[in-house]
Amino acid sequence: MKPFAYERPDDAQGAVATVSADPDAAFLAGGTNLVDHLRLGLATPSTLVDVTGLTSTEITDAPDGGLSIGAGVRNADLAADERVRARYPVLAQAMLAGASGQLRNMATTGGNLLQRTRCAYFQDLTTPCNKRQPGSGCSALEGWARHHAVLGATHEPADVACVATHPSDMAVALAVLDAQVRVLGAEGERSIPLSTLHRLPGGEPSRDTVLAHGELVTAVDLPPSPIAARSTYYKVRDRASFAFALVSVAAAIEVVGDTITDARLALGGVAHKPWRATAAEEALVGAPPTDDTFRAAARAELVDARPVESPRGGTAFKLPLVTAAVTAALRGLAGGEEHA
Amino acid sequence: MTLTPHAMGTAMPRPEGPEKVRGRAPYAFEHPAAEPLYLFPVQAAIPRGRVTAIDTSAADALDGVVLVLTPETAPRLSDAIDPDHGVLQSAQVHQYGQYVAAVVATTSETAREAADLVRVTYAQEPHVAALDEDSSELYGPDTLVTGAPADDTRGDPDAALAGAAVTVRATYRTPMEHHEPMEPHTTVAVWEGERLVVHEATQAVSWTRQALAGAFGLAEDDVDVVAPHVGGGFGSKGGTHPNTVLTALVARAVPGRTVKYALTRQQMFDLVGYRPATIQHVALGADADGRLTAITHDVVEQSSRIQEFVEPTAAFSRGMYEAGARRTTHRVAPLDIGVPTYMRAPGEAPGSFGAECAMDELAGALGVDPIELRVRNEPEVDPEQGLPYSSRNLVACLRRGAERFDWSRRDPTPRSRLVDGWWHGTGVAAASFPVVRFPGSEARVRAARNGALGNGAGAPRYVVEIAASDIGQGAWAALTAIAADALDVPVERIDLAIGDTAFGSASPAGGSSGTTSWGAAITEAAERFRDKYGDDPDDGDEADATTPDNPWAAEYAMHAYGAHFAEVAVHADTGEIRVPRMLGVFAAGRIVNPLTARSQFLGGMTMGLSAALHEESVLDDRFGHVVNRDFAGYHIATCADVGRMDVEWLDEDDPYVNPMGSKGIGEIGIVGAAAAIANAAHHATGVRVRSLPITLDAFL
Repeated sequence: MKPFAYERPDDAQGAVATVSADPDAAFLAGGTNLVDHLRLGLATPSTLVDVTGLTSTEITDAPDGGLSIGAGVRNADLAADERVRARYPVLAQAMLAGASGQLRNMATTGGNLLQRTRCAYFQDLTTPCNKRQPGSGCSALEGWARHHAVLGATHEPADVACVATHPSDMAVALAVLDAQVRVLGAEGERSIPLSTLHRLPGGEPSRDTVLAHGELVTAVDLPPSPIAARSTYYKVRDRASFAFALVSVAAAIEVVGDTITDARLALGGVAHKPWRATAAEEALVGAPPTDDTFRAAARAELVDARPVESPRGGTAFKLPLVTAAVTAALRGLAGGEEHA
Repeated sequence: MTLTPHAMGTAMPRPEGPEKVRGRAPYAFEHPAAEPLYLFPVQAAIPRGRVTAIDTSAADALDGVVLVLTPETAPRLSDAIDPDHGVLQSAQVHQYGQYVAAVVATTSETAREAADLVRVTYAQEPHVAALDEDSSELYGPDTLVTGAPADDTRGDPDAALAGAAVTVRATYRTPMEHHEPMEPHTTVAVWEGERLVVHEATQAVSWTRQALAGAFGLAEDDVDVVAPHVGGGFGSKGGTHPNTVLTALVARAVPGRTVKYALTRQQMFDLVGYRPATIQHVALGADADGRLTAITHDVVEQSSRIQEFVEPTAAFSRGMYEAGARRTTHRVAPLDIGVPTYMRAPGEAPGSFGAECAMDELAGALGVDPIELRVRNEPEVDPEQGLPYSSRNLVACLRRGAERFDWSRRDPTPRSRLVDGWWHGTGVAAASFPVVRFPGSEARVRAARNGALGNGAGAPRYVVEIAASDIGQGAWAALTAIAADALDVPVERIDLAIGDTAFGSASPAGGSSGTTSWGAAITEAAERFRDKYGDDPDDGDEADATTPDNPWAAEYAMHAYGAHFAEVAVHADTGEIRVPRMLGVFAAGRIVNPLTARSQFLGGMTMGLSAALHEESVLDDRFGHVVNRDFAGYHIATCADVGRMDVEWLDEDDPYVNPMGSKGIGEIGIVGAAAAIANAAHHATGVRVRSLPITLDAFL
């Protein structure tokens, strides 16, 4: 662990100015991921700029009927907010499905978005990892890849390969809600669709998001979304609590008569970013709310899927699991009783 | 002698409990010291080879660094020690994570920073870290870690299998597992002249003393080891590991200064032992009536190239059921990894998974109820030793469990009960664990009538000293109760002192042996005390004793037994698996303290559930180390994974096991628990999972 300076500027602009001016500085919010990284030697900032209290800790009603969530809102408070629970149940459920009670009390909205992959090799300084050390190779491709990607990953060439997944539950719910992320940079404020905040690894797996160094998440805006009132988050994991998703599904559908008239679907645990399942959404709309429809929609999303075929545990099982989880989640929303 | 129970059998809260919940019970790291120094190690990043150079210049230059030790600069240790205790004694690297240097600094942060600055260069050599049953390196060891023969054959099992009306042959696999107690391994060491004083997270202060005396060429009397409170161990704090030797070695270089070292969670996956992975080939043969005619249990398992540890995996099959012919064998793969060690029910835990799943498969093949199958194969005398049982109530456990679990209404057809989108099933498995008595625990009873402990002219108090360890199992309470009954006084008159080699030698908190071994010594000392001084002793009167041999040891086979029942639910779409209900019924002699005993049984069953569904140390053989090396990656059951869990024990009066009539309960709760869950999962889904942990992909 490398010593670092600790600063606490008076306002968000000051924090952004400090970090923007120093390539080795980093923002500190709840610290639930960054402090681990400091201990592991994975992050070696020269300066930590504490943004606690510099961004809003409030959830406010927006004029358009949506909600604005301050970046400093703790995960536990977001999960418990009555408006979120009533208007965006998928988000409240996703929050409660993530981490543990203790971590949710510390972790912030902004920090949750910017947490990094839990790939074992990324977190282990003694193994090659293109995300941590560009060009060193991907240990997961032939390693322990149970939590890794099936969509949008880079399998080759070797010096940029990355099959890591983004670990956030919250971000998957935000993806389905068409959230906007407000960001403050040295040049001023901008708003980014959540769906484009996180990147696919492409040829540059070290970059998780499109943010420039020094840009600070200040808020997440949720547009009004009548369909979200009937939404759900279904998380499949290896134990009942305190585990990252193998596959998760954020879903909302509207059914009129025997027909799905609108659908929103996003997947977690399958890609380097929260995966908005647009192909599945297209397949759902206009079809009857049956298990066959749900399975066909999931399979439509998986047409280009490529699991990690590792001798030490790959992700091929996630293809049937995505289909199963999407089916279970949508069946629950549609109120159906069908089963495998 | 047999004690008349008064305190024993009565629920007694932990006497140290209030101090623990207030945070005032000192664990090793919290032992206060003036200006302590902090150790942080540099660990090998290769699995096998040599250190060719170590550059410590940047670390040396750091403010607050007192010392950087390397194999070139470290004090020498005795040669006559365990191979993995030879820390910093040579440039050879025999496992990933091995200590190759150590930094001592005035703060833990500085020590850690400095350790990061040490530059180590290696010449790597080829290594083998994968368990491969076709490896040419496999060998047949002489003995199991228990000292029993590694291989044992009775009759002609292959002929018996060939002639059996019904046979089941299957291969079961259990993974490498790590103990991971909440309190990490911790050593606080100081050299006072030629005396070494250590506060240690250990299950066995005497064993630690013995190992350190050996490593430094000291008389045991020149080493003090103190551990009044230990935050869990599960076997990993039984043997002494390199971290303890390293801390004492580093302290030797800074005489008079206290050096503290607590392992990080990641380091807990490298150097303090683990349960080795096993591959178990099991075959059962039975006649048409379901009477076993053959049992074979042939095991291939992990060990370390530098030090043999043979998990006694198939030993469970030697004594559980009657069969005309039987073979149990162990083959070991010597890998370039750390040394395995005892982990809660070593042998019985993995071995019962293979054996008790195979019994379930045989029941299915025969069309016989799995409880009835076990009853039909109940032995008259112990099949391993040929001795009658001091007591064996497995059948009573199965029957009582069946009654409570409503077994008679069970439809045996697999995949026949779908409730709200989940397949439900139930399963059963049997458990046993031997009654273990270690020799050599010294107990002392002393009367206190004056001073701080006494109360003047009133009734005497009794100070009872023994170097026992309480790792959470409840020794403070249990030994107080035993001493009270042995002295025939109320528990309020007992002042127990444990966890310090100042009290002499004592056997470990391990092998479910503590209450038996320590309790027998305390009982003997109390008897001598009363013979000598009666019930009205003078202040300072004392008597001592060492654990006596059991006079019945050659006459009877002695084991505890149990039956596990589990209900499993598997999601019909996703394969998610849950255990909504478990029941364990045990026959383990007299239960000394019902309050803590229930916790021990529950803890064992929970650990069995955790092994069934979650625990797996993922050893990436390319690098030679466990890659899921934290609590996010190495899953242990959470509260949400544990459904309704019931424990019951049968009244069992066994006059042969020890003066208390107790059999030891620390381990039997885990034995068979994973098999019961796997059997229930098969009943729920029709899918037989023969490899742990059982995860959802098996059902997709």
